Amino acid sequence: MAMLSFEKKYRVRGGTLLGGDLFDFWVGPFYVGFFGVSTIFFATLGTLLIIWGAAMGPTWNPWEINIAPPDLSYGLGMAPLLEGGLWQFITICAIGAFVSWALRQAEIARKLGMGLHVPIAFGFAILAYVTLVVIRPVLLGAWGHGFPYGIFSHLDWVSNVGYQYLHFHYNPAHMLAITFFFTNALALALHGSLILSMTNPQKGEAVKTGEHENTFFRDLVGYSIGALGIHRLGLFLAINAAFWSAVCIVLSGPFWTRGWPEWWNWWLELPFWS
Amino acid sequence: MKFLNRKTAVLAALGASAILAGCEAPPPETIQNGYRGLQMQTNYNPRLLQASLEANVPPDAIPAAAEGGPLAKDVYKNVQVLGNLTVNEFNRLMVALTNWVAPEQGCYYCHVSDGGFEEDGIYTKVTSRRMLQMTQDTNANWKDHVADTGITCYTCHRGNPVPEYVWVTDPGPGQPTALAPTGQNIAAASVAYSSLPYDPFTPYLLQDNDIRVIGDTVLPQGNRRSIKQAEWTYGLMMHMSDALGVNCTYCHNSRSFYSWDQSPPQRTTAWYAIRHVRELNNDYVVPLTEILPDSRKGPLGDVYKVYCATCHQGAYKPLYGAPMVKDYPSLQGPIPEGGLAAKKAAEEAAAAASEGDAPPAQAKAEMPDVAEPTPAAEAAATDEQAKAEQPAPASEAAAEEEPAEATADAPIEQQPQQYPPRLQYPPPSMMRYPPAPLQYPPAPQTR
Repeated sequence: MAMLSFEKKYRVRGGTLLGGDLFDFWVGPFYVGFFGVSTIFFATLGTLLIIWGAAMGPTWNPWEINIAPPDLSYGLGMAPLLEGGLWQFITICAIGAFVSWALRQAEIARKLGMGLHVPIAFGFAILAYVTLVVIRPVLLGAWGHGFPYGIFSHLDWVSNVGYQYLHFHYNPAHMLAITFFFTNALALALHGSLILSMTNPQKGEAVKTGEHENTFFRDLVGYSIGALGIHRLGLFLAINAAFWSAVCIVLSGPFWTRGWPEWWNWWLELPFWS
Repeated sequence: MKFLNRKTAVLAALGASAILAGCEAPPPETIQNGYRGLQMQTNYNPRLLQASLEANVPPDAIPAAAEGGPLAKDVYKNVQVLGNLTVNEFNRLMVALTNWVAPEQGCYYCHVSDGGFEEDGIYTKVTSRRMLQMTQDTNANWKDHVADTGITCYTCHRGNPVPEYVWVTDPGPGQPTALAPTGQNIAAASVAYSSLPYDPFTPYLLQDNDIRVIGDTVLPQGNRRSIKQAEWTYGLMMHMSDALGVNCTYCHNSRSFYSWDQSPPQRTTAWYAIRHVRELNNDYVVPLTEILPDSRKGPLGDVYKVYCATCHQGAYKPLYGAPMVKDYPSLQGPIPEGGLAAKKAAEEAAAAASEGDAPPAQAKAEMPDVAEPTPAAEAAATDEQAKAEQPAPASEAAAEEEPAEATADAPIEQQPQQYPPRLQYPPPSMMRYPPAPLQYPPAPQTR
C-alpha cells in the first residue's frame, strides 16, 4: 500500500457530512469515513442475509438462488423472515449501502473541493433501484411488487412485468430509456475510440491534440461537440437513461394498468386526423 | 443560455404532459396469480373494474315453471329442440329468451306475425333453433371450458339480437401500397391496438392453423417458423388478453410460454376454449351462411362469428362467473325423453350412486344423455371413460398434430444425420411441433 509522494497533500482533514473526525482516515488507498463504515456494515449484513436465505432455500446453484419479496397479501406490512421478511431486510441493507456509498463519494469530493457531479450521477442509479423496490411497491400498496433477488428470478420478474402490459415496447418512457441507453453506448464508443486514436498513434507519429479531435468530427459530420461538451453529453445521456428507466417502470402499474399499445389511443383520439 | 433554459423547460413540460396524458391514478387493484415475486399478476384500474362489474350483471331468473302438464311437442307444432319440455317450462324459456335476445322486438323477431308460431319462414327462427342446440351442446359437452357455470343466450346477447362483439374476416383497410399486404401494421382494436396482424381469428378460430410457433430445442434446430408467424400467434393472444381483461401472465409464465408445467391451470381452460370456439364457428355459425341476410355478414360475405370477446366482454369469466344456467335446466344439455323431470331424477340417482369416490361434476357431465337412473358400477365406468377421453392437453395436442408432422416433416426425416444430436427441452414426449410453413394469410390472388 505504498503511497505516491504527492498523494499526501490531498489527504486533508474535514469535509465530512457526519461524525466530524470519527473515521476520518484512510486504510491503504481507501478513504474510510463514517459512510465507509456504514457501507461495509450494510453490504456485509446484506450479503450474509442473502447467504443465509440461500442456506434456507432449496438450492446452492448460484443461478437459481432466489430471495423473493412477500406475497401481495402482506401489503406494506412486515412479513415473516422466510416468507419475504428477508427480502425486506436485504432491501434496507442494499439502500443503506448504496446511499452510504454516494455520501462517501460526496465526502471525498468535499475534501478535494470538487463539484458533486459524481454522487449526483450515482444518485440516479440509486433512484432507479429505489423506484423498483420502494416507490413503485408503495404506490401499488404491497412490497410484493418489488423484484426478487436472484439471477434467474429477477429476469423472470422483468419478463412477467413486461407481459403484464401486453407489449412493453409501446411504453413511451421505456422507448426513451432504451434510446438513451443506446445513444449513451454510441457516444461512449465514439469518444473512447477518438481519444485512443489521438493518444495511441502509429510508431513515429506524434500524439495528437484536441485540434485533431475537433477537426475529425467537423470533417465527418460538420460539428464537434468539444472536449468538455462530450462529457456533458455523456453525463446527460447516462443520467437520462437511468431516469427514464425509473419513469417507465413507475408508470407501469401505478399509473397504467392496461396494455401499453392501448395507451397510444390518445393519439388516435385526437380529432383532426382521425 | 437563459433562452435555452426556457426552451428546455417548455420542452420538458410538453414531454411530461405527453407521458402522463391519459394515464391513471394509483393505486390499482392487483391480484397475485403465481409464486411471490414472480409477478404473474392481474392489474385492474378500480374505476374501470367497477364499471365492468356493473355492466356484467345477469338479469334475475324468471320464477321456475309450475311442475307437470303436457309436453310442448304434444301441444305445439314444429318444436324440434325443446319438444320434451312441458308447456310451462317451454313458455318460461321463450319468455327468458325474448328478454335476453330481442327485448324490444318481442316474439315477432323470430316468429312470423301473419302465420302460425310454428312457421319457419323467417331466418331468425331457424337461427335461434341452431343457437339453442349450440347452447345445449356447450353446456353438456364443453365443461372443460364453461364448467358448471355454463352459458345462456344472455352470456353473449345481453339484450341485443346480434351480440355486440362478433368478428368477420377482415380484408384490411385497402390502402394503396407497393408492398404485398401483410395483414398488420394498423392500430387494430382486435389485437389490443398493437400493430400485430389484425385478423388472427380466421386462421385460428375458423381454420385450425397451428397456434404454437416456439421451438422445442435449446438451439434452433429444424424449427422453420419465423417471427412473422409468431406475430399471428401474438395477435390472437392479444385478443384473448383484451377480451378477458387480463394479461399474458394469466395463462403463461413468460419465462417459458410453451411449458405446461409452469403455466397456471387457466391455460388449460383456454386451450379447450380455442377448440370450443373453433367448433362453434364451424359447426353452428358458418352453416347458417345461406339463410342469414347480408346485414349479418362482413365485407367478404362471411357471417358474424364467435371469438373470446363475444361471451367474455372484458371479464375473466363471462358475467364474472354468475352461474346463470343453473336456473335454466332446459339449456344444460339436449333434453332427454321424459323432459326435465327425468333428467333431474337421473342426476339425483347419479349423485347418490357416486357419492363415494367419483367427482359429482364429472358424473353430471355425463348425465344429460342418460334418461334412467344409472347403477353405481355403470356411473363409475362412465367416469373412467370420461377421464380416459380427456388426457392432458399437451399430449392430446401432440397426438393431434402428429399427422401434420408426418407429411410436413418428411424432407427432414429422410436425412436426420444432417443435424447434430438434438438437445431436447422439454423432453420430446412432452410436446412436438411440426415445422410446417404457415398457410395464412393466403396469397393476394386467392383472397
